[in-house]
Amino acid sequence: MSRTDSTLQTQRDFALGCRAGLPIAIGYIPIALAFGTVAEECGLHLPLAVLMSMAVFAGASQFMAVSMIVAGAGWLQIVTATFFLNLRHLIMSLTAAERLKHLPRGWLSALFLGLTDETFAVLTLDSERQRSRKSTAFVAGLVLTAYAAWVTGTFLGSAFARFIPPTLGSGMGVALYAMFIGLLIPAVRANRPGIVIALASMAFCSLFGQLLDHGWSVVAATVSGATLGSLIMQRKQAEEERSESD
Amino acid sequence: MDLAAVILGMALVTHIPRVLPPAVMRSVRLPAWFTHWLQCIPFAALGALIFPGILKVNPEEPLVGLAGGLTAALLALLRAHILIIMVLAILTASLCSYWLV
Repeated sequence: MSRTDSTLQTQRDFALGCRAGLPIAIGYIPIALAFGTVAEECGLHLPLAVLMSMAVFAGASQFMAVSMIVAGAGWLQIVTATFFLNLRHLIMSLTAAERLKHLPRGWLSALFLGLTDETFAVLTLDSERQRSRKSTAFVAGLVLTAYAAWVTGTFLGSAFARFIPPTLGSGMGVALYAMFIGLLIPAVRANRPGIVIALASMAFCSLFGQLLDHGWSVVAATVSGATLGSLIMQRKQAEEERSESD
Repeated sequence: MDLAAVILGMALVTHIPRVLPPAVMRSVRLPAWFTHWLQCIPFAALGALIFPGILKVNPEEPLVGLAGGLTAALLALLRAHILIIMVLAILTASLCSYWLV
């Protein structure tokens, strides 16, 4: 491939990544607006709120940190709670890295700074683009689109906090859940046992949610659901092999 | 308390789990059962992220999130585009919270 061809391909992949990131951006903006507004009202003013979104880029832990700051928690408590709440990204990063092992790992590490629940979902479940192997440029477009929306939304929320009504239409909060569902259903259509794993994991998460806080119950349910799923699938595979040999 | 330092601490503990796996994974050969298990993770993670969290879309009325989620599921089964799914789910949830709350 000539040099201009590969540049064109890179640009096209980047644009595809941005397009795949668009639903995430739409879902992030209302949440980031809300975060900027809440942070401003809690005394975490403009430069710091935007700095937090730029440096941390993990929604749930940012809301938690603001509420802990208001409650007078110490830095060690906040950082420790953040670590545990975001530890689920370790499993997600492992999974996404295995899927994308054809990409250079230096790039992958750098781009996984932008690994969130949502970018993970698109990277591992987006069946539309699964046929064409995902390139570094695709991942970059996806992650940067999500990041830009999160940081811009925080800035706008923080700067215009006094003009933004506290209930920014509670319907907006469903956007990212709708995106998760919209990614999950086509994926399980292509891979039927996936629905059993997802439903089992929902049940696990409801159960663990009674005992643990949100971050831990998601981690525990993910691990339990995937373990149950791989046991079922292995058994099924063994059965199929047995019936073939009969 | 220096808030900028707290933010940097949060950034550090958030990013280490994100960037570590791609950096170290290829130095280690993964056993087959483990890669098999990893293939199940996306379904399990999405399940755990969707439910029961969706019930808290509106903290007072779990039906708001549920209605939005069912709309999304129905449209996804009908193979609607992801952006259409999101817009109609938002509309449904907004109407529900208007009526119910």
